[in-house]
Amino acid sequence: MAFDPPATAPTTSTPSQPIISVEGLVKRYRKAERNAVDGIGFEVGAGEFFALLGPNGAGKTTTLSILTTTLAPTSGRARIDGHDVVDAAATVRRKVGIIFQKPSVDRNLTGEENVRFHVILYGLYRYAPAYGLMDRRYRQDVETASELLGLGRDIFRPVRTYSGGMLRKLEIVRSLIHRPVVLFLDEPTTGLDAPSRRTLWDYLRVVRREHGTTIVLTSHYLEEAEQADRICVIDAGRVVAIGTPSSLKADLAREWLVVDADDRPRLRAEIDSLGLTPTGDGPFRIDVDTRSAHAILRAIETPLTLVRTHAPTLEDAYLEIVGRSEAGDG
Amino acid sequence: MAERVVPVRGGPGALHAVAAIAHRDFVKLLRDRLRLISELVFPVLLIGLLGPTLQAGFGSPSGVDLITFVFTGVLAQTIWQSTALGLISLIADREEDFSQEIFVSPISRYSIVAGKIIGESLVALPTGLGIVVVAIIIGVGMPPTTFLALLPVVVVVALYGGSFGLLIMSNISSQRAANQIFPFVMLPQFFLAGVFNPIHDLPPLLALLSALTPLRYAVELMRNVYYGTQPGLPSPEMTPAPVNLLVIAVSGVAFAVLGTRQFVRTERNR
Repeated sequence: MAFDPPATAPTTSTPSQPIISVEGLVKRYRKAERNAVDGIGFEVGAGEFFALLGPNGAGKTTTLSILTTTLAPTSGRARIDGHDVVDAAATVRRKVGIIFQKPSVDRNLTGEENVRFHVILYGLYRYAPAYGLMDRRYRQDVETASELLGLGRDIFRPVRTYSGGMLRKLEIVRSLIHRPVVLFLDEPTTGLDAPSRRTLWDYLRVVRREHGTTIVLTSHYLEEAEQADRICVIDAGRVVAIGTPSSLKADLAREWLVVDADDRPRLRAEIDSLGLTPTGDGPFRIDVDTRSAHAILRAIETPLTLVRTHAPTLEDAYLEIVGRSEAGDG
Repeated sequence: MAERVVPVRGGPGALHAVAAIAHRDFVKLLRDRLRLISELVFPVLLIGLLGPTLQAGFGSPSGVDLITFVFTGVLAQTIWQSTALGLISLIADREEDFSQEIFVSPISRYSIVAGKIIGESLVALPTGLGIVVVAIIIGVGMPPTTFLALLPVVVVVALYGGSFGLLIMSNISSQRAANQIFPFVMLPQFFLAGVFNPIHDLPPLLALLSALTPLRYAVELMRNVYYGTQPGLPSPEMTPAPVNLLVIAVSGVAFAVLGTRQFVRTERNR
């Protein structure tokens, strides 16, 4: 079931001129029994780092495919920088860059040839059959980006010989060379080792700072989404929650306290008298909402034999959200 | 960032994109030696073995040399099939997800298809040249005028095969389906087009089917030009060249338009 975002979730903090706006987006694949995307709506501000987080099959890639115009929505609308993804598909395509879930490079070509193919398709440079004949600015761009990402001269080697990390780097060079307003990354770190992942994040940070590029990422890994300015949790084609990592954590993951005593009836009575509703017959679990755990513990006079606090991680929040919506669906 | 951009939008930009897509196909072929060789083996076997064995068995009916008859048929068929099959790479790309890269780029879908057909035609040319060289070696007559006259025919046949391939591919969802369907689409055409058998004295039903076979017009155009440029050489019965050209032009354009529309639709409305 859809979960109402808590009032404190900063949906209202989105700038008045969103770079991406999605309203009531629905996609049902042909012959499918349910909607892959089921009425999704959100806004992303210019320069924001936005993460779509959700389990496999939640509808993240479908949403991304619609936003990048490769898939037609069943209903609803989406705009990128004011341009409708259906009516002004060509304009939208010029404004976005995308890194697909599966590497979408041509393995028969060299890395540079893949990039060259890209810039010509985007109408940035004239076609030339050899690297040396391409525009000087293109060659500068390729060599600079290749150095920055640590590909170096390897960009001139056949893609067939690349490792997974090199493939991703090549795709990043390619997706940014036309200076997109929005960069979409669909599960970008799948199959990357830790150093490659770090290089990727560092580079994205540079791109954001220097070009103000808006970044939209999909992931089913929380650690990845946690780096974003805002997270939109999607499950079963719906937005389950949206907000900054800290607000999601504060609002969605409840802190709780587990206490026990030899004299359980007395403890129970005391907890009740504090106006709290514990669960369990002992040990008792007390949800910590407004009062701090410390204040509750100080108020209890019964000698305690067990005190355990559970401080939520964002992961708990995520699992709880997803679990809740699964329960609602079931 | 705007000052870095060379303005080649619109028409010229589209031409550059078409060139890039075609270039990619050609480079792919050059780096895929196995495909280069395998494309040559089958036609060379047909011309080198089938032609001479038919000739030995049947002699030369009404003076027509069966080796040249098989050569002209196989040359047209190989080129036509090469581009038709080459369009299959649109499906292979889709499965390898490379087409996503093409499809999110701001070029028109017509440019994609045009680039693809031109690229696959470029790929068919070296194959055609290889066949001609082998044919000359085994004694098929090839005066320079005939050779030069065959060049534009090879181009027409390649483009025609490409638009036919596009129509078939646009209605197929996967590489696996393509591999299963292609024999059924191609094999009957071998015989109905008269690649290595006569088709001008067929019973009515077969004659009708033969008339509906696209490959037939490619094969007959090839023969029109091969025999037409060598006066005195006994020629088989053939549909006149203008008829072949007209059928190829009309159906080729129709296949390309229908195929492109269908292709774009199935790509987005999944």
